[in-house]
Amino acid sequence: MPITKKFMYLNRKSSYGTVYAIESLEVVLIAAAFEQDVSLTFVDDGVYQIVNGQNTDGIGMKNFSKTYHALGDYDINKIYVSKESLEERGLTKDDIMPLVYEDEDDDWEEKPSVKVVSNGELSKIMSEQDVCLSF
Amino acid sequence: MKISIQINEGPYQHQASDTAYQFAKAAIKKGHEIFRVFFYHDGVNNASRFTIPPQDDRNVVNLWAELKQSDGAEIDKVVCVAAALRRGMLDESEAKKNGVDGNNIHPAFRISGLGQLIEAGIQSDRLVVFGD
Repeated sequence: MPITKKFMYLNRKSSYGTVYAIESLEVVLIAAAFEQDVSLTFVDDGVYQIVNGQNTDGIGMKNFSKTYHALGDYDINKIYVSKESLEERGLTKDDIMPLVYEDEDDDWEEKPSVKVVSNGELSKIMSEQDVCLSF
Repeated sequence: MKISIQINEGPYQHQASDTAYQFAKAAIKKGHEIFRVFFYHDGVNNASRFTIPPQDDRNVVNLWAELKQSDGAEIDKVVCVAAALRRGMLDESEAKKNGVDGNNIHPAFRISGLGQLIEAGIQSDRLVVFGD
């Protein structure tokens, strides 16, 4: 019987200032092959990873923000964003990419993956995890 | 308890690797088993066999290389291949594959994929992450 654990990937840093964001995404995509219960969380400057309309033309770096749209195809549909982290940065849910997944239990209907939650709710969700990888 | 460790920062620049080492040593002393140490991000630089610190300082690479389980068995020390290649860290086989004329991974470490990190998370009782 294969072991299934609850894995949370906690993203705390913005996309291009340091390498953590892209290398975290690389872990998440590999992890999808292991059929674990996966969730992604964005807190602090990590919320910038999934803001709309990213453009890296001026900095000569690869714009990897489109990759987040593929998460749904990898059956990753639990994406939590800290409400407080958004507010502290003057952002709202409308600034966040509308990431979706197709629900196989509901005639493959397209549903939103992103949930904005309070830090209080987040700490409860985190306490339910078996493994929390923070980047 | 079975413990795995993830190290996200390079040696000397950052204390993460030192702290992780002290943690691992203390855990082994208490009778725990280290299932795997996984080096990611700049943490891959902890595996460079060309690291030469001043004589009066610790050699972080050698400390890791020499760390063993309480019964003297080897500890699995894995360097992420994608993170390593991106930063110019290669073993003999990667050097050959990529047509590069040298290699710098210490023989106590092995290069492998991110799947090893996920597997460590699945197989261990605890996965402890060190870094910023």
